[in-house]
This record gives sequence, C-alpha cells and structure tokens, in this order.
Amino acid sequence: MNRRARIAVFAVAAAGLTALLVASVIELPAFGHYQGAYGNQLNREAVAERHTTNVVTATVFDYRGFDTLGEEFILFAAVVGVTLLLRRHKDSEDHQEVLRKADDDRVRSDAIRVVGLLAMPALFLLGLWLVAFGLVTPGGGFQGGVLLAGSLFVVFLAAGFRPYAHLTPAHWADFAEGSGAAYLHNFLGSGTRGTLESDGSMTLLNWATAVEVTAAMVLLFSEFLESYVLPSVRPLP
Amino acid sequence: MIPLQLAALLMVGLAGTTVVLMRDPLRMAILNAVYALTLTILFLVFQSPDVALSMLVVGGIAYPIVLLAAIARVRSGGDE
Amino acid sequence: MSYLPYIVAAWLFVVGLYGIVTSRNLIHLAVCLTVTQSSTYVLLLAIGYKHRATAPIFYGVPVGSRAVDPVVQALTLTDVVVSVTVVALILALTVDIHRDAKTVDPDEIEAFRG
Repeated sequence: MNRRARIAVFAVAAAGLTALLVASVIELPAFGHYQGAYGNQLNREAVAERHTTNVVTATVFDYRGFDTLGEEFILFAAVVGVTLLLRRHKDSEDHQEVLRKADDDRVRSDAIRVVGLLAMPALFLLGLWLVAFGLVTPGGGFQGGVLLAGSLFVVFLAAGFRPYAHLTPAHWADFAEGSGAAYLHNFLGSGTRGTLESDGSMTLLNWATAVEVTAAMVLLFSEFLESYVLPSVRPLP
Repeated sequence: MIPLQLAALLMVGLAGTTVVLMRDPLRMAILNAVYALTLTILFLVFQSPDVALSMLVVGGIAYPIVLLAAIARVRSGGDE
Repeated sequence: MSYLPYIVAAWLFVVGLYGIVTSRNLIHLAVCLTVTQSSTYVLLLAIGYKHRATAPIFYGVPVGSRAVDPVVQALTLTDVVVSVTVVALILALTVDIHRDAKTVDPDEIEAFRG
C-alpha cells in the first residue's frame, strides 16, 4: 500500500493503541507504591544468602540467571548476523585494500595521540574495576564489558586503524565470544541448586559475561570500522 | 513524586519526541546521545545506579560508534 | 500526577511507532525502534519504585532499609546492552541494502513492495 494509505491506517491504529495503553496504566498501582513480594523478599535475604551487597547483580547472575542466558544468546546471534553480513574474507583483495587505505588515514595531531595514549589504560582499568567490583557496588559484567571494548576503540581514535586491527585480531575476538557464551551454558545449568551456590560461582559468571560482552562489542566495532574505512565496495560473491 | 523526577520525566519525553522528529541522520545520531543522557539521569533519580551505568556506557560508546559508522558508509556511497 | 511515568512510557511507545511508520531513512527507523524500546525501560523502572527508598545496594547500609525492586533493574540492565547489538544488526542490513539498491529510503526499495 502506498504511503498515504499506510499513514491513515496507522493513525486509526495509534488512536486505539493509545486509548488502550492509557486505560491500562491507570489500573497499575500508583507510582511509588510498589506492592510486589518477590522484590521485598530478595532485598531482605539476598545479602545473607549470597554474601554480596549488590542485590541487582545477584539477581542478574544467580536468581534470574536463566534470563541472562537468554540475553547472552541474543547477543551472540546478533553478532554472528553482523559478521555474516559485513565480513570480507581475510585474504581477499578487499581486506588488503582496507589495510592499505588505513595507512593513508593516519592520525596526524599530536594532541589526540597523547590524550589517547593516556586515556586508553585509564579506561581499561576503569572497565576492569567495574567488572570486578560489580558484586559489591553498582557495576558488573555488562557495564564493564562495554567500557573495555570502548577503551580498545580509543586506540583506533588515537592511533589509526592498523594498530587497532593488530590489537584486536579477529580470531581472538571470535574465540573469546564463543567461549564466553559456552561458559555461561555450562555453569547456569547447575545454577539453581540452593545452598551449594556460593559467591564464587557468581564471580565466574560475572567475568564470563564481561569477556563475552567485550568480545561481542569489539567484533561489532571492527566490522563497522572496516566497512567505514573502505568506502567503495565490491559486491560479495 | 519529587520535582527532580518530574523534571527528568518531562525531559525524557521531550528528547524522545525530538529524536523521532529529526530526519537528518547525522543530527539524529547526536540527539540520540542526548536522549541517552536524559534517560541516564532518569534512571538515577529512580534509584537504579546499575541501569544508569549501562545506559551511560551504551549511549556514550556503543550507539555513537555503530550509528556514525553506518551513516558515513551510507553517505560516501557504495558505487562501483 | 502519580501516573505520569506510565503516561510518558506510553507516549514514547506511540511516538516511536509513529517514527517507524513515517520514516524515510532506514537509519532513522532503527533509532526510532530504540525509542520504542526505551519506553519499556521507563515503565519497568517506574513500576519498581518505592517512595523514600534507596537503591538495592547494601554496601554500608543496614539490610532492612527501604529499597526499590531489584528484579526489574536486572531485566532492564541486560536489555539495554543487548539492544545495541540488535540495532547494529539492523544497521548492517541497511549497509547491505544500500550496497545493492543505492538508497536507504524504504519507500523506494523494490524488494519492500508487498
């Protein structure tokens, strides 16, 4: 259907949807009067049971670990999709041309190189700290993982594409992402036994998630960067 | 609710509407980062520091990278 | 006034859908999808909030004190990170479509005609 007909149908549907949404949110408990029992019980008992002070991280990696498993596989599947769409074969002419063209785009400003040199280790340490202390204060594998990938990306911003490509070789990122996902699968299977679960297993899950998220983000950034550095493209066979 | 939450909610609504109404992709990428910042502030005043950290890291690092790379790629053309 | 967070969530949802339907650029469409998705985050966190309560982190805070719901925060936090990869997948599809069709306007792409 053409554009006008589509917008007309949407206008009718949106009016109905809005009416339905507003009618249903009025029935919810008023803002600030949370009435669930599950959340209150978790707040009371999670610290004593799991010996961590961050109840949200305990929920993500222990009480609702199954949801985290599902999310990790969405992450994995999406990154596999992006790789299939955008990656060129390693020995093909396109890849060689990417590296050649990258040398022409070297960063020339000294200020950027110095700031990048100082920022990258600081961000990397901050990311590691966020992951490690996720069980005590706000943080965790997800947040720290993205920050770690960002600190590796600063290398591209400050030094150019070739140092970044050497720092994050594709086979390392592929292996890290796959092993992060596999590690989660092995452990979460035994994650529902009660008192045998101690803080230790949650720490392992935390780090496995951090490795998985870092590798996934690095893969994403690398694929998009390669397709940005090489502006003209031959269609894939 | 406290006035800070009211202000944060209204800013989120305004920023979301602006992101949708802006049609130029480059400006929209910048507005998306601003929208992520308003969401971070909202999550913070809703007493959720973990979610605020996630949104900050994602909206400041991951979204701008993938959006800007895609926009630059689409703009410079793929003609052969 | 006590339902304002839910109204804002509903508004963001409908505005995002409007952006998706009337979009002339596939990249703009992907970002409107994130606006729709973020309305669910606002709704979830608004449901879990309690008046005069603090974050569910008990470092230095006695365990019995009033805290907001941790379960909705757990759901939202993983969702935020994962939605980036889904948007990246949509953008990769857009780059691929541009390679063949030379345009990113959904109204002009032949393969989209129903």
